[in-house]
Amino acid sequence: MDLTVGPIAFFWSAEQVRAFYRTLADTPVQRVVIGEWVCSKRLPFWQHEIPAAVEVLQAAGKEVALSTLTLITLKRERRQTAELFASGLPVEIADLGALKHLPQGAPFWVGPTVNVYNEGTLEWLAAQGAQRICLPPELPLESVAQLAQAGRQAGVAVEVWGHGRAPLAISGRCYHARLHDRAKDSCQFVCAEDPDGRTVETLEGQPFLTVNGVQTLSYTQMTVARQVDALRQAGVAALRLSPQPGDFAAVTRLYARLLDKGLDPGDALADLRRIQPGAIFAQGFLEGRPGAAPCP
Amino acid sequence: MMELVCPAGTPAALRAAVDAGAHTVYCGFADETNARNFPGLNFSREELAEGVAYAHARGAHVLVAINTFPRAGDQALWHRAVADAARLGADAVILADPGLIAHAANAHPGLRLHLSVQAAAANPDAINFYAETFGIRRVVLPRVLSVEEITAINREIDVETEVFVFGGLCVMAEGRCSLSSYATGLSPNMNGVCSPASHVAYADVAGNHEARLGDFLIHRTPKGMPVPYPTLCKGCFTSADGKGDSQTGHIFEDPASLDATRLIPALQKAGVRALKIEGRQRSRAYVAQVVRAFRAAVEAAEQGAPMPEGLLARLTEGQAATTGAYAKTWR
Repeated sequence: MDLTVGPIAFFWSAEQVRAFYRTLADTPVQRVVIGEWVCSKRLPFWQHEIPAAVEVLQAAGKEVALSTLTLITLKRERRQTAELFASGLPVEIADLGALKHLPQGAPFWVGPTVNVYNEGTLEWLAAQGAQRICLPPELPLESVAQLAQAGRQAGVAVEVWGHGRAPLAISGRCYHARLHDRAKDSCQFVCAEDPDGRTVETLEGQPFLTVNGVQTLSYTQMTVARQVDALRQAGVAALRLSPQPGDFAAVTRLYARLLDKGLDPGDALADLRRIQPGAIFAQGFLEGRPGAAPCP
Repeated sequence: MMELVCPAGTPAALRAAVDAGAHTVYCGFADETNARNFPGLNFSREELAEGVAYAHARGAHVLVAINTFPRAGDQALWHRAVADAARLGADAVILADPGLIAHAANAHPGLRLHLSVQAAAANPDAINFYAETFGIRRVVLPRVLSVEEITAINREIDVETEVFVFGGLCVMAEGRCSLSSYATGLSPNMNGVCSPASHVAYADVAGNHEARLGDFLIHRTPKGMPVPYPTLCKGCFTSADGKGDSQTGHIFEDPASLDATRLIPALQKAGVRALKIEGRQRSRAYVAQVVRAFRAAVEAAEQGAPMPEGLLARLTEGQAATTGAYAKTWR
């Protein structure tokens, strides 16, 4: 089992993006997915950083793929999707419609916002050329195990959501803009004010969800730290770590130690709490419980 | 005339819809294969056969929704549902999962395939991809698109489009939402339920009514005011901006339901083939009333007459109605 870093979910400045990937080059992850995953309006502000980030990561021996948007609707977004496939790098599709632009016989990866719930869909994607599939975060371990086995037979590496705020929903509506009494078309890029998303609490003050533009993420940090052995036994090929502000490099090193058995899963949570103080860690999905159920 | 596609949660609702003027009804089997997997709803195989006979005898069509995502290791249940729908004379099946669509296209080449809203095909590329790859004949468009966008999509595709005009409103792209399983462990994609009643609790606390979903407070209203059903995305929450300012309210969507009656002429102009009414969980009396009203509306649209106004206001959830994403400002 190894580590994949997914695309940055949040609207970070070009400088933040540059610093993030420079730091990531020195971390023990095998591959990195780069690209605007959430809102095409953000892309002009940071896309010029992508070539340099690819270069620094490849120079450090990482495999790099480019991500599509999660929800592709506009003409401009469809054109940008088509352009990704011309880049020469593997493309990770976050919206199944992106396959319309797949060059004949080109390999691709599949991100966690594409609905891969069963062997039939996995095998169909494999036949289209899928090499890697990160499963939807809501799947229970029994399904993960079935899919990992189907993946081995079909020659597809199966990943699971390993760490970070999980993507729970995507919408046509921008909730960040709505919180500022604006519409999506006049958002003034307010999501940039929240580099780790904006917390939504219940009326009792219980942190619940994280708004990130048109995307809704979990408030909880989903972590499979305690299930690493079960996932390994199930034949899962990689864990996906989702970029966040703070000491993300420390997060990658912690999971690398877990995979190398240099860290006991029972101790991992205490270490995570030191790296991300104040966070609520959860992983109910894998256990077939509410996803938000906190880790004991 | 635009085709009116109406919900049937029970055989009685199916008959009521057909009698009230539905061109087409849609229904599902009583198990996890459909996205309205609620206790006491849906059809046995025998009931579907009878429903198909009833509808066909009156010139109406029956669509069978098999629109959840098959569980890994358990796909046979979904494959059987497709085979039975075909065998029992369904005019089409409504599917969302690519693996299941691939199976249906291979195993039942004569069966008409509709792409469920749960597949969230939101642009012409996605729709054309499903059409070219699997031969789907109609797509139910996700509720994230404006009328302008629907017009543009219809120019670039050859398959029919169907859109929701009335009933419950998802504010998230359908089939791409795990909010329910985050709070309850059960989701539309896996279990065919959203914010399920089994995880809802109501209580009166300190002069307020409270409605919870799982461990989370979704609504709190003063005593005497009705407390809405705690559908997660319609809940009342609070969010601080970290600079001393905070917002409390319906951060995702108000507890409103969709009513696009007045947009029917625009949707017709946009090239939409069929109008869909949500509500397989609704009573047959409700279904009959809504179907009658919408049949009058599509007939008026066909003749270029104005739309009947406010006809259905008292039937909408929480007494509030919205045209949702069809109006660009909703976003």
